Amino acid sequence: MSTVNFTFDGKQYSGQKGESLASALLRNGVLHFTDSSYKDRPRGVMGLWVEEPNALVNIDSGAGEPMVMSTTIEIVDGLVARSSQGVGDLPDTRDNSRYDKVNRHVDVLVVGAGTAGLEAAKKYSDQGKSVIVVDDKPAAGGHLVYLGQAVPADLLSVLDRENVTYLPRTTVQGLYDQGYSVATERRTDHLDSKVHTEMSRIRTWHIRADHTVLATGAFQRHLVFANNDRPGIMLSHSAATYVSNGANPFKSAVVVTVDNQGYRDAVRLSQAGVTVNAIVDIRNNPSGPSVEAAKAAGIEIITGKTAIDTCEKEDGTVKCVSVGNPDGSDAACIDGDLIAVSGGWTPVVHLATFVGIKPTWDAKLAAFVVKHSDSLTSTAGMLAGDFGGDDNAEIFFGPTLTTEQALVAFVDYQRDATYRDFKRAIDAGMRSIEHVKRYTAIGTAHDQGKTSGTVTMGLIGQAIGKAPDEIGSLTFRPPYITIPFAALAGRDRGLLSDPERTTPIHAWHVASGAPMEDVGQWKRPWYFPKSGENMHAAVLRECAAVREGVGVMDASTLGKIDIQGKDAGQFLDMIYTNMFSTLKVGMSRYGLMCGVDGMVFDDGVTTRISENHWLMTTTTGGAAKVLDWLEEWLQTEWPHLEVYCTSVTEQISTVAIVGPKSRELMSRLAPALDVSNEAFAFMENKHADVAGVPARIARISFSGELAYEINVPAIYGLHIWEAVMSQGADLNITPYGTETMHVLRAEKGFVIVGQETDGTQTPDDLDMSWIVSKKKDDFIGKRSFSRADTARDGRHQLVGILADDGSYVIPEGAYIVAGADANTAPPVKHIGYITSSYDSAALGRSFALALVANGLARKGEKIAIPMADRVVTGVITDSVFVDKENTRRDG
Amino acid sequence: MLHIPCPYCGPRDETEFHYGSEAHVAYPENSANLTDEEWAKFVFIRSNPKGWMAERWVHSAGCRRWFNVWRNTINHEFGPSYKPFTQQPKSPA
Ligand SMILES: [Zn+2]
Repeated sequence: MSTVNFTFDGKQYSGQKGESLASALLRNGVLHFTDSSYKDRPRGVMGLWVEEPNALVNIDSGAGEPMVMSTTIEIVDGLVARSSQGVGDLPDTRDNSRYDKVNRHVDVLVVGAGTAGLEAAKKYSDQGKSVIVVDDKPAAGGHLVYLGQAVPADLLSVLDRENVTYLPRTTVQGLYDQGYSVATERRTDHLDSKVHTEMSRIRTWHIRADHTVLATGAFQRHLVFANNDRPGIMLSHSAATYVSNGANPFKSAVVVTVDNQGYRDAVRLSQAGVTVNAIVDIRNNPSGPSVEAAKAAGIEIITGKTAIDTCEKEDGTVKCVSVGNPDGSDAACIDGDLIAVSGGWTPVVHLATFVGIKPTWDAKLAAFVVKHSDSLTSTAGMLAGDFGGDDNAEIFFGPTLTTEQALVAFVDYQRDATYRDFKRAIDAGMRSIEHVKRYTAIGTAHDQGKTSGTVTMGLIGQAIGKAPDEIGSLTFRPPYITIPFAALAGRDRGLLSDPERTTPIHAWHVASGAPMEDVGQWKRPWYFPKSGENMHAAVLRECAAVREGVGVMDASTLGKIDIQGKDAGQFLDMIYTNMFSTLKVGMSRYGLMCGVDGMVFDDGVTTRISENHWLMTTTTGGAAKVLDWLEEWLQTEWPHLEVYCTSVTEQISTVAIVGPKSRELMSRLAPALDVSNEAFAFMENKHADVAGVPARIARISFSGELAYEINVPAIYGLHIWEAVMSQGADLNITPYGTETMHVLRAEKGFVIVGQETDGTQTPDDLDMSWIVSKKKDDFIGKRSFSRADTARDGRHQLVGILADDGSYVIPEGAYIVAGADANTAPPVKHIGYITSSYDSAALGRSFALALVANGLARKGEKIAIPMADRVVTGVITDSVFVDKENTRRDG
Repeated sequence: MLHIPCPYCGPRDETEFHYGSEAHVAYPENSANLTDEEWAKFVFIRSNPKGWMAERWVHSAGCRRWFNVWRNTINHEFGPSYKPFTQQPKSPA
């Protein structure tokens, strides 16, 4: 056994390689590990493994990690740990470790490599099934390892078989529907640090198993008596295991028990050289081989009594336990620097409850067990109530306590929750474990009630005279133990956490210094500031340039769906509210889509490329949703229609040149093209070479200005953009971003789906009744327009709002109140809210769009907008602010 | 995470799919002739049973095809899946 050196709270210690930090500290005589979270009471280690409620540490070496149970850390040379008083602190340094993920399908997943788990693995492996055995400890064998006994070779060798994968140090964190589980494998913390760069520190396994065997074992639990938290008071199985491995700071012990486990542990303590002064058993007539063995070892047995209170030494560790009747009477002290408590076994039911399997109460074992077997999940070992040995336990959780004793009798150590806290919950009428938990915070710490859960259920039962299973059942939620976020993220960090979509012109935007706006996964230039310009100045300049000269925008992100087939026109007539089947080849039309509920769903321009070939554009964020929508109708309602849809968003670059001087620029870019209004009308499409590239040019406008959208194969996008910039240089061509696009369209009263709409607006609500066909027999949403609620008076309708103070830009989302005086007596009824709001170069003032109840009939009415620091007054107007007569679109 | 049997691709993880609500709720052919109540029933009302239910899924990140499948709403167990406009298999109940 090699020796390793480590540091705890600034002091150097040495321990044995492979043992836990808690074990090594006990070996060095350390009993006082930390102080409790809220009450500053000295605390030591209670448990052996992840049930540990007290002994938390921060790890400052290696990757560093806050709030880890010292019982689960395998010490390595150079380990630096610091006691943690309930609150962890993250290391300041960057964690350069790798974290990985792996997916596996398997016939059988076995959780737990104790005897029961190994037997299950053997059974399924013998049948030729593929098996993964997951176990959270460093070595297989479960309790046999703790008892220092050899694991039968025929079982251990199963782990080496071809069809068996064994994952030690791996914790199944969650079990979900249909055999899906997530496990975290700790791969490097127990190794020398130089290995860390070559291997991932934690690997997260996503396992799908046809069948899952839960053989998760059990934890011992404590009893609730006064001062049951002093260092030196431990769970008996833990104490006996540490001590048997030579981590023995104790001279004498008292074992306090409700079952025969206490007797077995007493014998082990005695064999390891600890003088066991007494076994104190709540039962009157204990029996069985374990009891006989303790008697044979000469240990005094006191029956019918239990621990009531403890006394401390000067250093705060335990000195003796006062033992009396369960009602607290006749108590007298017995010395022991170890008080070893055996409060019964608590099977690890977590994974079973994750998938809705309810534990049942076994009164003989005083334990919630899960005896379950179906095609997906089965249980084995202690979880299934197979405790072995000669166990039968008293259903007992602690003695009657005085008020003073209750204040220091701990139910949940980490939360410093006492019997007094528990009693207050009961007195307040709480009966369910879920209510008591929320009233007291019991079971809400890092350990999520691994030891305190059943204790609390039992105490409720004791308090109101019911069996624990009459109280309800324990329910846990994943994760089983705490997981570093880094392990869940794996390699999905930075750019890999969410894909970034960029257009072929993106590099130009970045080089120009444009800040980016996230639109879904797309990166779009927000505005193009000149040096020293802020956003407001840049946007006013860009807007003015478009309205007075010519601007250029990268519109490549618009969703594009190629639609082909002889029934495409008929199909589009059902999808859009307006008519498409009559559209002439080479023409584009703006369309609005609604759901069956009649609410606006998406919009865009669709072009008839040829008789049976169409190109639909959607909103940038709505492209995937719209394609799913089209497919849903084609596949599930109208399979007889011959229509094929393909996303071509990424295949086409779109460069829009916009403004009164765009005609001049267009003629320079495509000299062969007749750009006159007569030859190339609004909503027409023309094919021509643009800067040497075959292009489809569309006269479409989202600003109200004369505009040409140049569509080319994506790889030519940057080439066209650069040609536009150079050919337009003397026209003061001005690139503009999403913000200017938004201002320009709002000035024209054009809505943005998702900004002016939230899924509750009909076309009428948006003042767009003109786009709803009266000729078509049916289209999606039509029937809903005449529903009582859709057709009722008082719906929110799209209007414009002008604040009286034109220098004030009303915040989007602000509520609108009727009348000029917002100081009327409450309740003040709001009549709508602002959806878009900007400063406008064209208007020389601010303006806004809003949804207002009955808004279309209220134009000219005064309104008020109460803000935190002022009341803004204004007037309801038409939603179109610029060029109501559409005179500008033809140049 | 559910394990959903796509009738075209086989069983795949839930993250590849989008949900499409109850199956066999056909779009009414004569919507104009329906009363408000009948129309609202089509738009808003679903049977929402406790137990076996035939529902629609689309394998968005796979074959992009819609299909129907039996699912037990109590324990998320899947029964047979089937293509649209084919004979519906019997409920596993
Ligand atoms: Zn598929």
